[in-house]
Amino acid sequence: MAEKYQLKKTEVWDGNMAAAHALRQAQVDVVAAYPITPSTPIVQNYAQFLADGYIDGEFVMVESEHSAMSACVGASAAGGRVATATSSQGYALMVEVLYQASGMRLPIVMTVVNRALASPLNIHGDHSDLYLGRDAGWIHLICNNPQEAYDLTLCAFKIAEDERVRLPVTTNQDGFLVSHTAQVVHPLDDDTAYKFIGDYKPLNPMLDTENPVTYGAQTEEEWHFEHKANQHKAIMDSFPVIEEVFQQFKDLTGREYKTIETYKMDDAEIALIVMGSTYETAMVAVDEARKKGIKVGVVMPRVFRPFPYNQLAEILKNVKAIATLDRSAPMGTTGALYNETAGALMANGQSAILTNYIYGLGGRDTTVEHLLQVIEETQQNAEAGKRVTPLQGFINLRGPKLSFN
Amino acid sequence: MKKITNLKEFACTPDRFLGGHRLCPGCAHSMIVREVVNATDDDLVVSTATGCLEVCSAIYPYTSWDVSWIHIGFENAAAAISGAEAMHKALKRKGKLYTDRPVKFVAFGGDGGTYDIGFQALSGATERGHDFLYVCLDNEGYMNTGGQRSSSTPIGAHTTTSPRGRVSYGEKQKKKDITMIMAAHGSPYVATACPSYWKDLAVKAQKALETEGPTFINALSPCTTEWKFKPEETVRIGELAVESCAFPLYEIENGTKLRITYRPKKKIPVKEYLGAQGRFSHLFKKGNEWILDLWQKQVDEYWDYLQRREECGV
Repeated sequence: MAEKYQLKKTEVWDGNMAAAHALRQAQVDVVAAYPITPSTPIVQNYAQFLADGYIDGEFVMVESEHSAMSACVGASAAGGRVATATSSQGYALMVEVLYQASGMRLPIVMTVVNRALASPLNIHGDHSDLYLGRDAGWIHLICNNPQEAYDLTLCAFKIAEDERVRLPVTTNQDGFLVSHTAQVVHPLDDDTAYKFIGDYKPLNPMLDTENPVTYGAQTEEEWHFEHKANQHKAIMDSFPVIEEVFQQFKDLTGREYKTIETYKMDDAEIALIVMGSTYETAMVAVDEARKKGIKVGVVMPRVFRPFPYNQLAEILKNVKAIATLDRSAPMGTTGALYNETAGALMANGQSAILTNYIYGLGGRDTTVEHLLQVIEETQQNAEAGKRVTPLQGFINLRGPKLSFN
Repeated sequence: MKKITNLKEFACTPDRFLGGHRLCPGCAHSMIVREVVNATDDDLVVSTATGCLEVCSAIYPYTSWDVSWIHIGFENAAAAISGAEAMHKALKRKGKLYTDRPVKFVAFGGDGGTYDIGFQALSGATERGHDFLYVCLDNEGYMNTGGQRSSSTPIGAHTTTSPRGRVSYGEKQKKKDITMIMAAHGSPYVATACPSYWKDLAVKAQKALETEGPTFINALSPCTTEWKFKPEETVRIGELAVESCAFPLYEIENGTKLRITYRPKKKIPVKEYLGAQGRFSHLFKKGNEWILDLWQKQVDEYWDYLQRREECGV
């Protein structure tokens, strides 16, 4: 039996430490991982917990991220709680197996510390890895600070393993800005955290060898479509469970999470839509802009997949102009948040002037001043009643603006 | 331990790999698989790399596997089984196992999934010391996709990516020595095997399964479709491979103790093995004699090397 870890009511943790403690408290049966910057400390912290007797599960230090996710799939199908952590190139190497994990409906939890994808090589934060996996059939939750990284990693197990869901879940935190920035975190004690998640509920475990099961069969044109359509329905149907788990977490801790977070949207005429730690920067910018009389609010999809398109449209129903901020280069089109927002508005018969900004690639700083500029441009669109600013622009880019119309 | 005495009794073991699969008539894969999974009475968890065996044995809504089975991808059969084995260890420690029955872990991969794309995962899982048996179904090429070369394809063989042609005699490289590479990992037990020698294979599978830690068997799997011989000749082709010492049967314990497990009474010329297969037919044309000579020389040298190692006890 693993030792209990004596935590203080208030800890000072960075996002990596917060995620590592959440994995420890979940009493994960198998963690298979391969270290990569900036998520390496999650794996290191976990190894130290094991070395100090706080973990009685298996910790498999594999030879690559591809094998990490493959071992996670093998372990999860075998029938127990499974988790891992990665970033960037490691995430990219896993992509093939991410689709296998979700296709086999295995409730693996992965804490992703978001980082740019090469080339050029860059170790700093952006959402290229998250966007790479957005169609992989995983539920993606967004965490903006160490507290959220801790809280949502606990929630992730409960969501993934729910019989109504049985899908893998990632919890995402921005590389360095969250993963390496120590902040105040209020953790639960070990017993309370584990009780919140609950025991793992097996479903067709391979280790129940008296009842053999086949995982990863082949389906061609007769059945593949039905499998994928059902898988898609499962992820779309996970919203009520996600909301239920967030409610239970609020009842336990008082900390509230929603599928879409909003700040000062009640009377907003213009809105920013952004994911990750920049949401917190945007809140400060909104306060500043409101001092100048601009009725602006900010919206953040807490759940990136499944995408809460109807809730988003409802939140945006009274705004005149919207700026969507994507922290990944879409390479030949508009950013994902722009596209999702456009789709959500269209589906609900709404129209607002929509622009797209690419920001923060490879850890480029995005400050309150930069966001105030975006707010000002969005306000110009609202006042003109049509788009007078570029369709797509770059925030804090050196040299020529390189905007697109 | 299960007693393996005679073929009739062994063949009557209740099937764990059932008929109705879609492997080619005359395919040696199913022979190897049945001999391995029937070599123990313990329950099994099996992983299989993408390849002939996988695409032919689990086509939804059917399965040939009456044991727990998983397929993920081409390159990760060893990683998958290491995860399942780790879960078994974890649940055992926590007192949460689903059954008290003993469980063994087995991975199957073709030579593509073993020698090439899956080699990293196999090397990693072996180095980590997971308790599993990895069986390579070695048909010397990517046969599931129509017979392309692999690093197991022997010199002179025609494949669709090393074709014979006006200026080509087929595959240029020598077959990679995967068994010795696995022995060099310090694996407690590695062996070569051929289903034509059923008892040798079954006993080796049993030995490997009874050995704690990562074990490896490279089983020659004559391929009627791409080696170009008649389906009813599979066993004979395997025999020619072994009797000519083109594919010698041996085992190595702990990376150092080599033992030849079958010694042909009279070593036949390798030409007889090559000549029985369409993939080598061009080697018998004028101008290619030197390849046949090279083949014989390499086979002789390797056989001598094995014998010297056995004599020296290394």
